[in-house]
Amino acid sequence: MWQWFHRLGSPRWFYQASGKWLSWLSVLAAILLCVGVTWGLGFAPQDAKQGNSFRIIYIHVPTSFLALAGYYVMAIAGAVGLIWKMKLADMVMKSAAPIGAVLTFVALVTGAIWGKPTWGTYWVWDARITSMLVLLFLYLGVIALQYSYSSQEAASKASAVLSLVGMVNIPIIYKSVDWWYTLHQPATIKFTEAPSMHPDMFQPLLVMILGFYCFYAVALILNTRVEILHRERRTRWVHDLVAAQSNSAQPNQNDSSSA
Amino acid sequence: MMELGFVAILRRDLLLAFRHPGEIANPVLFFFMVVTLIPLGLTPEASRLAEIAPGILWVMALLASLLSVEGMFQSDYRDGTLEQMMILPQPLYLMVLAKILAHWLVTGLPLTILAPVLGMMLSLPEAGYLPLVLSLLMGTAVLSLVGAIGAALTVALRKGGLLLSLIVMPLYMPALIFGASTVQRAVDGFSVEGPLAILGALLAFSLLVSPFATAGALRVSMHG
Repeated sequence: MWQWFHRLGSPRWFYQASGKWLSWLSVLAAILLCVGVTWGLGFAPQDAKQGNSFRIIYIHVPTSFLALAGYYVMAIAGAVGLIWKMKLADMVMKSAAPIGAVLTFVALVTGAIWGKPTWGTYWVWDARITSMLVLLFLYLGVIALQYSYSSQEAASKASAVLSLVGMVNIPIIYKSVDWWYTLHQPATIKFTEAPSMHPDMFQPLLVMILGFYCFYAVALILNTRVEILHRERRTRWVHDLVAAQSNSAQPNQNDSSSA
Repeated sequence: MMELGFVAILRRDLLLAFRHPGEIANPVLFFFMVVTLIPLGLTPEASRLAEIAPGILWVMALLASLLSVEGMFQSDYRDGTLEQMMILPQPLYLMVLAKILAHWLVTGLPLTILAPVLGMMLSLPEAGYLPLVLSLLMGTAVLSLVGAIGAALTVALRKGGLLLSLIVMPLYMPALIFGASTVQRAVDGFSVEGPLAILGALLAFSLLVSPFATAGALRVSMHG
């Protein structure tokens, strides 16, 4: 029963298996994102109050979802790496950090752009925005720690410890920021809540969220594959892989030169 | 037997601190100086200073604590004491706790004691003093505990200072929020039991978790 778990520990097995997953995952992501974008930006009805500017929700909400989910992916991978000393988990953790940081950044920027027409200002110290900013700092801390150790093993363990500490703290930080915000809440700002959205607006959002999940998986797998190749560059199977690739590229070159 | 190691390290760290009084004075002096900058940068007007005093005092105490947290394990790491501590037949958890307690006694406690004086200089309203002291008493302990994790993670790095701030700052936020609002609520005439209780909860929680995480981080820093 645990066989798949042990197999997952082998970077080589993951590299080969993920090659197969990638092809259909990326197709799925592309289809979902194309459908979602056209549906959301072109065909979903206008918002009664915000007009067309609300359409940025189709980027903003999925990125915010994944920014948070990505932290948990990173922290859980870090925990698995610490507990079972699984090399692959360390690589996933390292690969997840920059993706999550970029998604958090995109969520913040789209939120700011959305804020301008809606609230008349790019930035307000609202609970969710502040929490997102804190999340960005947490990501940046993990990334910076990852790159400041010279030994890869120490870097993995240190950033795993940090991301676990961050994971324990995220609910506390979020709750305290919420509490802080209710104390100072200005009355003018009101959010459109997802459940009160009209189904015509909500369905494309759902497609976009699914599409972003697939996109996240593709990005994570691609990043992890690069990391695997980099760390296993001295092993036999990577040499064989590179040799096979350059062999298959060689005849083509000869063909074109002879023609 | 287990308490022996705890007491020995606590005594040693306190002795070391008292032999280098400059190190105790540093964060306190920093706290004093930056608070002096506030009236110069903003306004000397008492009514406006009173308005921002609760938040400013807490933010500055946080920065002073952050400044000192970097040195928590540094000299022990450099001269090999940390290595010796790890091979002792004593739980690292307790020794780390002793070091954190010593750090709090020489930084957090003086900051707490000094805070009312600075509060007076920023014309903090009367009702704010006791909550300020109480919140800093617990809050600086939380800051020392949380900061220890960051200090342990960065102790082996050559330029850990800025990285340490980046790591620790987000984790400091809950303490800052509840600490500053304790004082603010007292000044505004509300009851302060709620935020004080939450600060106490934060203290209890970090007392449980932080030495554990710090010990783990120290093992990573020492052995990779």
